[in-house]
Amino acid sequence: MKGLRIYALAYLLFLYAPILLLPLFAFNNSTIIAFPLSGFTFGWFVELWETPALHAAVKNSLLIAVATAVFSTLLGICAARAGAKYEFPLKRPILGLIMVPLVLPEIIVGVSLLIVVVQLLDWQLSTWTIVAAHTLICTPFSIAILNGAFQNVDTSLEEAALDLGETPLSTFRLITLPLVMPGVISSLLISFTISLDEFIIAFFLTGSDPTMPVYIWGLLRFPQKLPAVMALGTLLVLLSIILLSIAEYFRRRGVRRAGLKDTGGFL
Amino acid sequence: MSTPNAPPLIQLSDVDKYYGDYHALRSVTLDIEQGEFFSLLGPSGCGKTTLLRTIAGFEDASSGVLMLGGENMKGVPANKRPTNMVFQSYAIFPHLNVFENVAFGLRKKGLSATEKDTKVRDALAMVGLDGYGDRAAHALSGGQRQRVALARALVLQPKVLLLDEPLSALDKKMREQMQTELRRLQRQVGITFILVTHDQEEALIMSDRIAVMFEGEIAQVAAPQTLYRRPASQKIANFIGVMNFMPATATPAGGVVNVDIAGLGIATLDADQCPGGVPNGAAHVGIRPEMMSLLFYGETSTASVAQGVIEEQSYYGDMTYYDVRLEGVSDPVTLSMKNIVGRPVLERGEAARVSWDPRALVLFGN
Ligand SMILES: Nc1ncnc2c1ncn2[C@@H]1O[C@H](COP(=O)(O)OP(=O)(O)O)[C@@H](O)[C@H]1O
Ligand SMILES: [Mg+2]
Repeated sequence: MKGLRIYALAYLLFLYAPILLLPLFAFNNSTIIAFPLSGFTFGWFVELWETPALHAAVKNSLLIAVATAVFSTLLGICAARAGAKYEFPLKRPILGLIMVPLVLPEIIVGVSLLIVVVQLLDWQLSTWTIVAAHTLICTPFSIAILNGAFQNVDTSLEEAALDLGETPLSTFRLITLPLVMPGVISSLLISFTISLDEFIIAFFLTGSDPTMPVYIWGLLRFPQKLPAVMALGTLLVLLSIILLSIAEYFRRRGVRRAGLKDTGGFL
Repeated sequence: MSTPNAPPLIQLSDVDKYYGDYHALRSVTLDIEQGEFFSLLGPSGCGKTTLLRTIAGFEDASSGVLMLGGENMKGVPANKRPTNMVFQSYAIFPHLNVFENVAFGLRKKGLSATEKDTKVRDALAMVGLDGYGDRAAHALSGGQRQRVALARALVLQPKVLLLDEPLSALDKKMREQMQTELRRLQRQVGITFILVTHDQEEALIMSDRIAVMFEGEIAQVAAPQTLYRRPASQKIANFIGVMNFMPATATPAGGVVNVDIAGLGIATLDADQCPGGVPNGAAHVGIRPEMMSLLFYGETSTASVAQGVIEEQSYYGDMTYYDVRLEGVSDPVTLSMKNIVGRPVLERGEAARVSWDPRALVLFGN
């Protein structure tokens, strides 16, 4: 028992120690990332505030993340609904194939998309090519979340609404959608988070406007900028934790509402 | 009940339903009248729900015609049919409160807020849920969910209310209470009710008429008393209550049938005692346990009498059931006696005289 506890602690430390270093140096009053710490400062956060190029990158990233979240959730709703409600030929292989990007190395996705977009389609790289690519990698996550939500909807509820005079469309709006809403919110938040800090694909497909992770990567060439990067990282970690917590809250609420037993999830 | 010569509210002719290769409904032909309390009774898996869902419009018949209120329902979706359903799971919308659940179907009726309010209140009062409008769906007990489901359907004043085993999820006491209440409600609103149940007692208590189904086929449609007294086959007789069967030989003679019951002699039966058709030759006669009685203290009977020995006795308090081996009859017969004042309870091994009225016999072809 005791050995197990030590193992668990060591494991958690290994997982989270690097992240804990971020805020430590973000508030450290020195340009050199090394111990001992030399003093407390908010200076690096102020510097972030005063860098217009960063603001542009953040804005760009937020735009991409919001668009990605909306698109991948919409696609996820369609796929999860089809999977939960309809039988069609090759259903299992098709649904399985949609999930593959979940395990595909991003570098492969990045390179192949670059070839497709630039060589085959001859498009300009832009914010929207990144949105398309992020939608590709986020959709499987959306489907995974929404599958659970749609499968928990009792078919007889939809039939009851039809029976009471609603059309299939208004049934979806009045019954199905409210019941899967926790899953939808959860899916929006998770794909938003994934898109916001995705680097590899964004790096390959970025045009003239870098996303925030790409911008940060660019900063790494200047050692004196490192503490500011730490400050930015701290903010990002905070944001991620908040968003994922909200997503998990809604997922659990959905499970509770459907009166089911919780069988896991992302957190 | 219906005015004479009015066409039946629901007419099914030769309705078949296949699920892939599985033949779930076999040539179902059925008329259901306006204002009837009609039950579909049969063992689990015989196709009752399938038939109900076909009427509701959730399943398409593979072939055959379904007329509802004089209109062919082919291609008419569930939301356009004058039927409403109480689902087995009740299907109460979990994100809406009681009022919103009941008002759900009124959304498209173009009512003013006050009209809607009145209708919902009336519906809730009818099912005994006054003042429950603000309750959340998850805060309801099983019986209350059932009542909300009823109110939600009845508030629309459908031509037909379909109920799929609505009482099976309730405990015994609640179930008995709801049986009475459903019956009262049906008389009050005058809407045709079609009830699906696998509980023969429930069907007998509640229905004007009952359709017995086996393996996708309608075996018999009759009023409860007819069904119980004159079941059309041994299978139906066994499904509804208990019946003794004895081998016999039938000889039709004019309007009557002479029956030679193995070991018990000749009886003459009317044609109406052969609900499955008049047999000729090898047959079985059947009789219900309560239609036979033991004779005590030299009691005499104008009816048929036979000698026997008590082989088994089960005391139920209000009733005693006996298995009696009659002289010359191969299998023991089961009979029941009410335990009234002064009537003894016989023990195993005692001699017994059994009497019955031949009018209680039912004759089945083999
Ligand atoms: N959607 C379906 N697909 C395939 N078979 C079905 C379907 N629904 C019902 N069945 C089959 O049809 C038969 C009758 O079912 P059902 O009408 O539900 O019976 P009951 O209500 O009398 O218990 C059962 O054997 C069941 O397995
Ligand atoms: Mg059923």
